[in-house]
Amino acid sequence: MLFKISCKNIRKSMRDYAIYFFTLVIGVSIFYVFNAIGTQMGFMKLADDTRQISELLVTLISMLSIFVAIVLGLLIVYASRFLMKRRNHEFAIYMTLGMSKGRISMILVLETMLIGIGSLVCGLLLGIGLSQLMSALVANLFEADMTDYAFTVSCDAIVKTLLCFVIIYLVAMIFNSLIITRMRLIQLIQSGQKSERVHLHNPVLCVLIFVIASAVLGRCYYQVGWDYANLTTRKLLICIICGAICTFLVFWSISGLLLRLVMMRKKTYYRGLNAFTFRQISSKVNTMVLSMSVICLMLFITICTLAAGFSVRNSLNHDLKTQCPVDMEVAAVNGSKPVDLTKDWVMRGHECGFPIDDYMSDYVQYCLYYFKDYKASDFLGPEAGDRWDTMIETFIGVSDYNRLAQLYGKDSIELSADEFVLLCDFKNMTDMRNDRLANNREITVGGTTLKSKYDHCVDGFVQISAQHINMGVFVVPDETLQNATVNLMVLSGNYRANTDAQKKSVDKKALKAFEHDYLINTKIDIANASIGLGAIITFIGLYIGIVFLIASGAILALKELSESVDSIHRYEMLRKIGVDERDLTRSLFRQTGIFFLLPFAVAAIHSVFGMKFAVNTLEIFGTGGLPESIAASAMILALIYGGYFVVTYLCAKAIVRDNSRL
Amino acid sequence: MELLKVDQIEKYYGNKSSLTKAIDRLSFSVKEGEFVAIMGASGSGKTTLLNCISTIDSVTAGHIYLENEDITKLKGKGLNRFRREKLGFIFQDFNLLDTLTAYENIALALSIQKVPAAKIDAEIKTVAAQLGIEDVLSKYPYQMSGGQKQRVASARAIITKPKLILADEPTGALDSKSSKMLLERLGYLNRECKATIMMVTHDSFSASYAGRIIFIKDGQLFHEINRGTDSRKEFFDKIIDVVTLLGGDANDAL
Ligand SMILES: Nc1ncnc2c1ncn2[C@@H]1O[C@H](COP(=O)(O)OP(=O)(O)O)[C@@H](O)[C@H]1O
Ligand SMILES: [Mg+2]
Repeated sequence: MLFKISCKNIRKSMRDYAIYFFTLVIGVSIFYVFNAIGTQMGFMKLADDTRQISELLVTLISMLSIFVAIVLGLLIVYASRFLMKRRNHEFAIYMTLGMSKGRISMILVLETMLIGIGSLVCGLLLGIGLSQLMSALVANLFEADMTDYAFTVSCDAIVKTLLCFVIIYLVAMIFNSLIITRMRLIQLIQSGQKSERVHLHNPVLCVLIFVIASAVLGRCYYQVGWDYANLTTRKLLICIICGAICTFLVFWSISGLLLRLVMMRKKTYYRGLNAFTFRQISSKVNTMVLSMSVICLMLFITICTLAAGFSVRNSLNHDLKTQCPVDMEVAAVNGSKPVDLTKDWVMRGHECGFPIDDYMSDYVQYCLYYFKDYKASDFLGPEAGDRWDTMIETFIGVSDYNRLAQLYGKDSIELSADEFVLLCDFKNMTDMRNDRLANNREITVGGTTLKSKYDHCVDGFVQISAQHINMGVFVVPDETLQNATVNLMVLSGNYRANTDAQKKSVDKKALKAFEHDYLINTKIDIANASIGLGAIITFIGLYIGIVFLIASGAILALKELSESVDSIHRYEMLRKIGVDERDLTRSLFRQTGIFFLLPFAVAAIHSVFGMKFAVNTLEIFGTGGLPESIAASAMILALIYGGYFVVTYLCAKAIVRDNSRL
Repeated sequence: MELLKVDQIEKYYGNKSSLTKAIDRLSFSVKEGEFVAIMGASGSGKTTLLNCISTIDSVTAGHIYLENEDITKLKGKGLNRFRREKLGFIFQDFNLLDTLTAYENIALALSIQKVPAAKIDAEIKTVAAQLGIEDVLSKYPYQMSGGQKQRVASARAIITKPKLILADEPTGALDSKSSKMLLERLGYLNRECKATIMMVTHDSFSASYAGRIIFIKDGQLFHEINRGTDSRKEFFDKIIDVVTLLGGDANDAL
């Protein structure tokens, strides 16, 4: 009998809370899909270096999965508590009929088990299906060879998913049982009679708190968005905590003010069903202040991680083309011994068993210099702070640079004897250097005074890299460098190879020859690292983003649907007094819409400033294509969050329309 | 024989600053096979009294004995067994599980007592006949009228042959025809099946089906009348007199 009751309850609940079940299914499948990535990549042909990065990805995802499991666990405990609260009536009947609390707990345990098994089976099946799509994405991101790819099922991931969710469901069962033990019959019986009291907070207090919270938020926005230079970790932490608290306060005050504001506009308030609509919204928001704040923060994090992740990946791939114009670059470094200028790279190549002219089609040798008595602080001035005391400034002779520019396919630079050009492409550094040049174009190095050809830096670089990280190189007349010290003696060039395979084999030889004694950077190396980094960032953004989105969507949907069930009689009543069905659905649409929009709107405002901060922080990765990234994130958001909204609205409509249920 | 004895019970709500004496030193007793109605204006403490007797709520002071067992002392397993075996409830708002059919709702009371399934069917047929609900047994609560739902709830309450059936405003949500039907059935159960029924109501018509009426006011015993050999009509008139005497909320009590 108990089993039968459980089954029936679930079947009934499925109708109202199908959305909860689907959330569980999606949660399980996402968990599986991301944890299966490791196994899938095992079946792909990956470059060796990519494999290392893929291992890093798998480790990161495993760690992140713990966090995801906690989020999903909290969601499940919250949802099952929420659903239980709605069953007080049922529990009261069981208890008045003399059922012991132990057996009531048993019913719930059975239910949780059935739902758990159901969601795990469905979720894993869905996950296995989705993960085949995912492998296409993985292969694409890692630029792997998919020709041998077959349908894979990751036992590892299945075991992990099962383990995690069984633990989560057990915790939910324990929580449920605890609640049952603490239930008192009289409270259960009276809980149904209590008409819900909407406490309208004191309006003056609301306005006051709203203004204060907004002001504090504004200050936080300013600090993370504009006052970036003075931002310490401590300050950032304070900003985050303040931001979270203020978000809560904003929702608290909105919940008190929303209704009053609309009520003040009598014309609006009393038009059509507006009075009804806003009462409904207000009561929902009122009982959900904390959940709304949490949802808002989750949406905020989602928007930022997704947009920042995509944008970093985009620019990584884009930068690679422009920042890495040659196949290889190797440098002898001025370390414990000064660079031996008598040996050029042809000799060094012979020594190391990499005859340059055999392996390279075109190349340039050049030197990078520094002056012992000219540090970055000498250029930037004392007001920039003492952290620049230790950074040397790098110089290159103009003839060296022009040969290199020709190799890179870039414009050469013309200098007269007392001129220099400053190359820089790291955004923050460029800003600082531009300030300096705007005020003072002169530098004095090695006894000569030079004047910048322009009043700003020139966008450019000398050494290859994955991103825009050139902090500054001075291109000066060759004579200026007579007294300078050689910091790096560099060989830069392209391999003598026609196919990718040949290139790879030469690359291997070069790495093997030079790795030990020199600093070597190759395009293939940089590309792999940056592809991997881009992929990792994308995956992590997607993983957190999707989980947060389904959690937010599910909480809102549950609340909206249960409210709809409670409001059936109100709609019935409105129907009886002759309200048009169309007006009723429109009212329901507005209620659901505003309910979903409110946390999103606040999150969007947060995100504008959050993104500004992210753009600053991720500067070294480059943040090109921000609009496209925001568009891509918006699409994912619209798909999942919007999907929850649409499904919720449709379900609510079905519930409200279903008048036979009264 | 005395079945229920309520001895000087008190029930307070709230704290020191705002204390409501919902029940104030109330005593009475109910004999086996009686049909007792509790009457009083709204807020006089009727529901509170019933909740205390049914162990839904606890008393602040005093004792309640059922078959000489002090039920205010019951806890845990004993409490569940007491509710399961000795009591039957009928609520104003029916309290049926809407996931189950009428048949299953009634069966629930027996299956909780671990009655074998084979016996359940026969018993349900019997009570269904007594309450005139044979043709709704396969329906879900939302497919039934209020009167039918309340009779299903009554069937569930009596099927376990409880010592005492407690009903809180069972006709409160019913139209007059359904009310009459339900009350006649309760009267029938009382006469033919020797069920002891205690019914809370503020409606004089409903009360006139009982054999004895206890009036309470502000949580205290106000008056008590016996039907004796009166016809229902005569008894009804007597009730109206007392209700008028109760004064104040006379309208409310009608
Ligand atoms: N949970 C409660 N908390 C505080 N006061 C209560 C509570 N329940 C009932 N009361 C008060 O106790 C008194 C009796 O209530 P009740 O027994 O429900 O009256 P009746 O059922 O006769 O209408 C009323 O004054 C009511 O306000
Ligand atoms: Mg009452």
